[in-house]
Amino acid sequence: MKASAFAYARATSVVNALELLAVYGDKAKVLSGGQSLMPAMNLRLISPEFIVDIGELAELRGIVVKGDVLTVRALTRHVDVLRSPEIATHAPLLKDATSHVAHPAIRNRGTLGGSLAHADPASELPACMVALGATVIVCGPRGERRIPAQEFFTGIYETALSPQELLVAVELPVARKDSTHFFHEFARRHGDYAIVGLAAQSTIVGGQFTDLRLGFFAVGDRPLLAGAAGKLVNVAVTPEVLAKASAILGEELDPQGDQQATPAMRRHLAKVLLQRCVSRLLCRPDLQSGEPAR
Amino acid sequence: MTRTPEDRAAFSVLDRPNSYIGKTVPRPNLDRLMQGRGLYVSDIELPRMAHVVFLRSPHAHAKITGIDAAAAKRMPGIIAVVTGQEIAAVITPWVGVLSHLKGLKSAPQSAIAVDRVCWQGEAVAAIIATSRAAAEDAAEHISVAYEELDAVTDMQTALDPTTSVIHPALGDNLAFERNHDAGTVDAVLAASDEVVEAEFIFGRHTGVTLEPRSVVADWNAAEARLTIYQGTQAPHMVQNIAALHLGLQESQVRVVCKDVGGSFGIKVHIYADEMATYALSKLLRRPVKFVADRVESFNTDIHARDHRCKGKIGVKCDGTITAFEIDDLTGIGPYSMYPRTSAIEANQVVNLVGGPYVTKNYRARARVVFQNKNVMCQYRAVGHPIACSVTEGLVDLAAMKIGMDPVEIRRRNLIADDAYPCASPSGLRFEQLSHHAALAKLIKMMDYDALRAEQAMLRARNIHCGIGIASFIEVTNPSAAFYGVGGAKISSQDGVAVRLDAQGAVVCQTSITEQGQGSESLTAQIVGSVLGVSMDRVRVILGDTDNTPYGGGTWASRGAGIGGEAALQATKELRKNILDVAAAILQSSPGDLDIVSNSVVNVSDGAPRIELSELARIVYFRPDTLPPGIQAELMATRHFVPREYPFAFTNGVQASWLEVDTDTGFVKLLKHWVVEDCGTIINPQLVDEQIRGGVVQGLGAALFEKCIYDERGQLTNANLADYLVPMSGEMPDIDVGHVVSPTLESELGAKGAGEAGTAGAAAAVTNAVNDALRPFGTIITEIPLTPQIILTALGRI
Repeated sequence: MKASAFAYARATSVVNALELLAVYGDKAKVLSGGQSLMPAMNLRLISPEFIVDIGELAELRGIVVKGDVLTVRALTRHVDVLRSPEIATHAPLLKDATSHVAHPAIRNRGTLGGSLAHADPASELPACMVALGATVIVCGPRGERRIPAQEFFTGIYETALSPQELLVAVELPVARKDSTHFFHEFARRHGDYAIVGLAAQSTIVGGQFTDLRLGFFAVGDRPLLAGAAGKLVNVAVTPEVLAKASAILGEELDPQGDQQATPAMRRHLAKVLLQRCVSRLLCRPDLQSGEPAR
Repeated sequence: MTRTPEDRAAFSVLDRPNSYIGKTVPRPNLDRLMQGRGLYVSDIELPRMAHVVFLRSPHAHAKITGIDAAAAKRMPGIIAVVTGQEIAAVITPWVGVLSHLKGLKSAPQSAIAVDRVCWQGEAVAAIIATSRAAAEDAAEHISVAYEELDAVTDMQTALDPTTSVIHPALGDNLAFERNHDAGTVDAVLAASDEVVEAEFIFGRHTGVTLEPRSVVADWNAAEARLTIYQGTQAPHMVQNIAALHLGLQESQVRVVCKDVGGSFGIKVHIYADEMATYALSKLLRRPVKFVADRVESFNTDIHARDHRCKGKIGVKCDGTITAFEIDDLTGIGPYSMYPRTSAIEANQVVNLVGGPYVTKNYRARARVVFQNKNVMCQYRAVGHPIACSVTEGLVDLAAMKIGMDPVEIRRRNLIADDAYPCASPSGLRFEQLSHHAALAKLIKMMDYDALRAEQAMLRARNIHCGIGIASFIEVTNPSAAFYGVGGAKISSQDGVAVRLDAQGAVVCQTSITEQGQGSESLTAQIVGSVLGVSMDRVRVILGDTDNTPYGGGTWASRGAGIGGEAALQATKELRKNILDVAAAILQSSPGDLDIVSNSVVNVSDGAPRIELSELARIVYFRPDTLPPGIQAELMATRHFVPREYPFAFTNGVQASWLEVDTDTGFVKLLKHWVVEDCGTIINPQLVDEQIRGGVVQGLGAALFEKCIYDERGQLTNANLADYLVPMSGEMPDIDVGHVVSPTLESELGAKGAGEAGTAGAAAAVTNAVNDALRPFGTIITEIPLTPQIILTALGRI
């Protein structure tokens, strides 16, 4: 379990990192927190010729609120997201979700930008970006691009990033005062990749959703912003309404089977999550068949 | 007689002033390990040391038609590339059979595959280089030509006439079969009010040690001597076998076992890649290090369990269990493991089913078949989890059928605490067990009635919790009956030498080994207590065939019971020798003197007479001042092996309280209780840690752990992301209680505690899940109990 030989450079600035990427392109890999890259290299699943280490780039760290926009720079570590008062206030969904990312040792090193660029369909943070309507900011040889989260994730470990580009930050709309959120995932053990997960952001007025964004993950090749949410907005949610939304969700999903779950089980669990999410957000225990009390 | 832990009056040797027996004292090795000063094999660096990496077969079964290593040999840092044919010149193959397991057969296994690979992961070439990384680089440039053969992967069809035979010379794929028939099974089943049947399925899993298997082998050609540094449970066994197959005398092999990062039975076997490492050192005349990486650990560390066992139980309406019947099938990979064999687990299943219960009617068949998968062998609690899950699963099914509480049916059938000595339906002899005392204590600890009331209350709210109970027996303190009688050179006796040094401190050499379980601590506790010196004066040396007495090491829960007794007897002898000298010096008589707090004292008034350091000074430096004819012997050696009973059985009972989310199939463990009886408890904390660690490994089997093979014999989850070991986040609190029935075979009275936790945990969990699912009318008898299995059983998917 030793990585094969590679060349290494520690970027001194974003500009320098982009220069290196311009030279090495898809032969290079960007090293951020290294929590996915290093194991993959040590297992020789990938053998990049060149590593561009951006770990020292202070300009890529930090969480800033300006007006209605919360900017989280790419090198922000998961532990910093968890401890940030700005995140707790303005994107509490992201805080909840981050507590499900692996274990403390990994959260101490892993970064938000790294997780998004890696684009594992079973990981939590891409789904949060989709649910929160984030904008992903990338820099490349031709300058900056601003990519809506929904367009950023294009497949299993695939994104809209080109090999010459660097993910530098995400921008999130500051959560409205009357918004609520729900995050839950089914994982065999705490910290494991989810079998199915849901990151949801909503606005509720008078017991009805006026806005509902459901970001499912581990149900396809990329996070899914479920269209089923449309059936639940601006209506009095009854068990029948919920059942209809659930049926639509089932059609939207294209889950893969693996050792933890068949596609049928993933579909079933996604529907359970939908039911629990709606019941919790609307404070309507009657919408749920049998939620554990603990 | 069963006694409470507080009552130790009968043991005068142990019940001395300032005794450490029965006390939680910190382990002497703790500071060293906590400060990072442990010495594991991978820490060892020797001059000219090379690193070996094994190129392993990607196929489950294939002919090797050619190996081209020319390009690899030219790569930087490469010392040699060695094939199976080449290494066969220095090491002979072996066959893992024992004569007392009648009919057991296996084929010769080589250190490196010669012309055929029989499982995915078997080594086909060794790459020796100046670093592991260089060897891994070169491994990618060796091309091996394979001709794929049919892989036998499904144990259920392994014996079919249409299935190919893995070793044609053996005639078929049946490695071993045992049949047992006691009492009048057919008659009593026919006369039973109910007969319940089920098939129990156990996933293949492994024991994941934090430190992987590691060896540094150092052949010194000038001395014609091989030193093997290895994390092993049985140094003398390794010495014997390495010598045997390398054509050496045992005196030419020294095995040194420093710190070990967990073993669990994984490190008590002889592995082909370890044998190859010894041979490579001899071949290349330089030290060679092999440290398994995690992927190859999964592919080559022994696997265990993987049984399908059909079971049948007869019961009368009053709860009387009339008979047990089982038909067990297990697949063990392509070779029976060396030297303990891969038939032991199935043999144990036959031995142990029905063991806690009164009925004498018992029929069993066990069949062990070859497969093209990784080798299987003894892992913590060998056979016990299978036997316990089958027995306790059947007992619960019987109780359910006749509408009786699971505790009540056990009360009516467990062997009475005053019925000993007696024997099990399979003929195992029990000296003294305490099933009823243990069950009574468990019921009290868990407040059974209150828990049942809470369960009913939650069920009304659509929350489904379950209670599962599992009684068990455990094999400990094995005599020669386990391996020795079958011809294996595995010692069942252990030896301890203790000596008083010139400053009055004590050096103790023992043949048992330390794997992190506390052998060093319990030995020091016994020596300190029996001699009358403080523990900080006792230094324990273990794990070195040059520097310890000959003995068995660590396996089958034997260290405390056998090695501990040897320590006790050796120390008694040393104490006697010291008092003889002291009496001569003090012109007293030995009977009037004792040793307390590092000094010789008067028995009558406890007054100190002479410090041990002063006594040692006189003995070693001024023997001229001793009376004529006095020759002091300040070193004593004793050995011990149980002779009266082949095994010192222990017993216990576990309970699980859990919740099943019937929408998701997820199980949440809420609480776990264990009451066990390991006889004399030397260190309560060490015993409780053994029980809890064992329970956690049993819970892993129950809910998480499984080596998932595809139909072509490919292990598909050989990493720690996909193979789910139990982790603290999912573990419940585990309360441990004790009943104490010392064995009278030793003065110490200790039996083993290392495997009790693993023996019964999965059975308790499975019974609890089925208890939780009662309203749904479904029974699950397969582990691990994954959400997929539970949702499927509930008809949700």
